[in-house]
Amino acid sequence: MKTEMLDAVERKGLKEDTPYFEIGDIVDVRCRIREGSKERIQVFTGTVIARKGRGINETFTVRRVIGNEGVERIFPLHSPNVVDVKAIRSGKTRRAKLYFLRKRTGKAVRLPQRHSKHTVSK
Amino acid sequence: MAMLLGKKVGMTQVYDESGKLLPVTVIQAGPCAVMQVKTGETDGYNAVQFGFDDVKPSRRNNPETGHAKKANTTPKKFVKEMRLPDNAKPECKIGDLITVSVFAESKSVDVIGTSKGKGFAGVMKRHGFGGFPASHGTERKHRAPGSISSFASDAGHGGNLKKGKKMAGHMGSCRVTTKSHSLVAIDEEKNLLVVKGSVPGSAGGYVIVRSSQKV
Repeated sequence: MKTEMLDAVERKGLKEDTPYFEIGDIVDVRCRIREGSKERIQVFTGTVIARKGRGINETFTVRRVIGNEGVERIFPLHSPNVVDVKAIRSGKTRRAKLYFLRKRTGKAVRLPQRHSKHTVSK
Repeated sequence: MAMLLGKKVGMTQVYDESGKLLPVTVIQAGPCAVMQVKTGETDGYNAVQFGFDDVKPSRRNNPETGHAKKANTTPKKFVKEMRLPDNAKPECKIGDLITVSVFAESKSVDVIGTSKGKGFAGVMKRHGFGGFPASHGTERKHRAPGSISSFASDAGHGGNLKKGKKMAGHMGSCRVTTKSHSLVAIDEEKNLLVVKGSVPGSAGGYVIVRSSQKV
């Protein structure tokens, strides 16, 4: 009863069709950014290394290495500011959390490619 | 002014128009039956009595069941009055059902509830005292209140402490009002109010919701 009522409130904030992507995918996250009164869309590209939470609290972590420095961004999946997530390439993985990538450098951060239907080539 | 009785359901999060994630509390409010309308002539003051949460008539004594019967409802677990100003005329009749739609025009609400009990709490938790250092020679006094008075500060108190001295004692399970919660959403179908921020008491506790007195 309690969760029913909480779900009813949460459900209105959920996206109806969440973008499909998997752990290990290289994704383009299109993010709405407000600078003063202007709005623009910023694209962040990287590997999805984790997906956490459920319902409105669901988030995913995208990691990329920019100039020898690892950068991770955590996006709320249902945020209206996360406009779109496009999976570009699938990676072959055997686990749900790819935190081991944090210790890797250079070419080793790339995952072996896997061909899957949900990715869209650029 | 509008008032409604309800139950705290729990907390969750909601996105607003700008994409900000707001912490919100969901309150199941009403429908409340008007149990009694008090007027200046009959009772000496103006008020409307609301009842919330049905209970089996066999669980209540005769006076309570009879009181509810006058309003054509079952006895209620939670009954509270809304005091009206002396010159105001109550808008509702006995037996009316009040729903969350009374808050349709309100932007913010006050919520009154019974806070979670903390038991016998020390001064650091209860009054926010600083305590004593963890080290540098402090022994068995880390969370102590310190001196509670002295000969000089006691002057004029007849050998007693000053009244209202902050000390350890029972904390929580008392009536707490939190003011000016902005009203995020109203669900008339499910009788839900969604207010921003946290509300006193545990989930399932009874609360009084009234339109904000501060504008």
